[in-house]
Amino acid sequence: MLYRENGQFKTSYRSDSQVFPIAQDRIGIWLLLAFAVIGVPLLADEYLFRAVLIPFLILSLAALGLNILVGYCGQISLGTGAFMAVGAYAAYNFMVRIEGMPLLGAVLLGGACATVVGVLFGIPSLRIKGLYLAVATLAAQFFVDWAFLRISWFTNNSSSGSVSVSNLNFFGIAINTPTEKYLLCLGFLIVFAMAAKNLVRSHVGREWMAIRDMDVAAAVIGIRPVYAKLTAFAVSSFIVGVAGALWGFVHLGSWEPAAFSIDRSFQLLFMIIIGGLGSIMGSIFGAAFIVILPIFLNQALPALGALVGVTISTAAVAHTELMIFGALIVFFLIVEPHGLARLWSIGKEKMRLWPFPH
Amino acid sequence: MGPFLETLFGGLMSGMLYSLVALGFVLIFKASGVFNFAQGAMVLFAALAMARFSEWFPKLLGFDSKLLANLLAFGAALMVMIGVAWLIERLVLGKLVNQEGITLLMATLGVTYFLDGLGQTLFGSAIYKIDIGLPKDPMFLLESTFPGGILVNKEDLYAAVIAAALVVGLSLFFQKTSTGRALRAVADDHQAAQSIGIPLSRVWVIVWSVAGFVALVAGMIWGSKLGVQFSLSVLALKALPVVILGGLTSVPGAIIGGLIIGVGEKLSEVYIGPSLGGGIEIWFGYVLVLLVLLVRPQGLFGEKIIDRV
Repeated sequence: MLYRENGQFKTSYRSDSQVFPIAQDRIGIWLLLAFAVIGVPLLADEYLFRAVLIPFLILSLAALGLNILVGYCGQISLGTGAFMAVGAYAAYNFMVRIEGMPLLGAVLLGGACATVVGVLFGIPSLRIKGLYLAVATLAAQFFVDWAFLRISWFTNNSSSGSVSVSNLNFFGIAINTPTEKYLLCLGFLIVFAMAAKNLVRSHVGREWMAIRDMDVAAAVIGIRPVYAKLTAFAVSSFIVGVAGALWGFVHLGSWEPAAFSIDRSFQLLFMIIIGGLGSIMGSIFGAAFIVILPIFLNQALPALGALVGVTISTAAVAHTELMIFGALIVFFLIVEPHGLARLWSIGKEKMRLWPFPH
Repeated sequence: MGPFLETLFGGLMSGMLYSLVALGFVLIFKASGVFNFAQGAMVLFAALAMARFSEWFPKLLGFDSKLLANLLAFGAALMVMIGVAWLIERLVLGKLVNQEGITLLMATLGVTYFLDGLGQTLFGSAIYKIDIGLPKDPMFLLESTFPGGILVNKEDLYAAVIAAALVVGLSLFFQKTSTGRALRAVADDHQAAQSIGIPLSRVWVIVWSVAGFVALVAGMIWGSKLGVQFSLSVLALKALPVVILGGLTSVPGAIIGGLIIGVGEKLSEVYIGPSLGGGIEIWFGYVLVLLVLLVRPQGLFGEKIIDRV
């Protein structure tokens, strides 16, 4: 009854091509943003910020970047962790080596370096397709891991191999408390999500989708595959690089290459598949699911064991967690191969027709 | 010359073992178009099952012969792997027919997590050993030609012989038996195979069982070499470049790819590694594959990819 666009007439091209064409959606998104910016900092405690919300925001950003490449342009990449690492280490080097480098500048320059590396490893995509490409991108993963482990220049010759940043400062505002960190990450996510949403509606985004759906046909109608694929790699790795820099600077504080291992790449791929390929909202849903599920299992399993009177050892919890995680992923893929974003849009459709079934 | 040949032999041996894991990938991809990431987890699972069964059976049944224990454990582990294959077909692949390649890939990643967890829950997560009586002592070849001869690990040599026998056996199975012919028919065209009466689901169970068998052999050999532990499941990542280099659809490709990568890794580590700071084994295979793919996008022996609009 409430969620219906009846009576909302479009009187200009501008209003016809809005991101959210339905007024209720616009109100909803403003309410959501207001809640995220004002409500959450008032309600959440420190543990929630550190363990759940900040990782969720940063990984959403990374998943968003990956979704542009995989979901919109159809190029499977297993090297996301590497591009995150490039962003983090490049930002670190800009921060350490250049006096008075602002945080925002370092993070964005980190993203720019990730872009360069991303385009470099994206070049093979012009000849290699599908699963072959997926394995080829693993080359980026292993090479970058090795480079940051072995080449000490990247880590500013730190003896332990791990690097750390402190005293984050965003245009004069010190970023110390979890709330401030949360708001910083939230700001990045909002800006990039809006930019991405608009980008995929532009001619660039439509070229990506044409390449994804059938690259030969796209080339025939005059879309340059070189240009489309490399822009997808560039935009994707820029966002992923920024997310990597935030992951290192804001979430971890000090880190080593293992923080951006191949497991991270798989985790991000899971997020976009469970969330929904080719959907901005889906990336965020997927990130929420994958971040919260292990924490939930970790808390719930011992409690469940205690309920039936069995004490479950930590090792058993870890193994059971793996099993449930794997089984749930398979279950999700079978039940809803198009991801949580599809459930979301089905739900919206149902709301519009309610109370009628069809 | 001596050290060079020694490295070369070492590379050939480890390459043979990579091919064993790669073979499992190729078998499943050929028959069902699924890129089975769980192959590494299957190796670990099979090795864990075999290691623990060979420990449990003598205790349970009260005999002392090591040969008998190993044989029984091998048989039991094979049964377990066939069961796993059947369950995967029933519960996972059968439900995902007609999905895109990436969805299937992700599903096998889910299976990987599940098998890793299940294997360690059922069989424990300590380091176990498989003792199938491979000789551990090294031997020296061509002592007359080179001072000191070339050191070759006997264990590696036996492992390579087993691997080679397995490859020959599998090729015969694929070429000569009617089941093998059915498998090849399904690989060529699912629909056509089904329309002439080949039961798809049974063929898939067979293929996954064969892949489980290959995983068991690979797990047995790697396990007796390195001990059965969680790191075995990382073998999948070592075998990936091998599969891609040889071409996803080619059995001989998996073997030759394995040898090239095994030799390349060892030689590069010895001759290029020191100038780059060492440890380049990790990415050498992948970068090599990347370069080869730029020239031949379908791998060395893969079927040519033809685009149609």
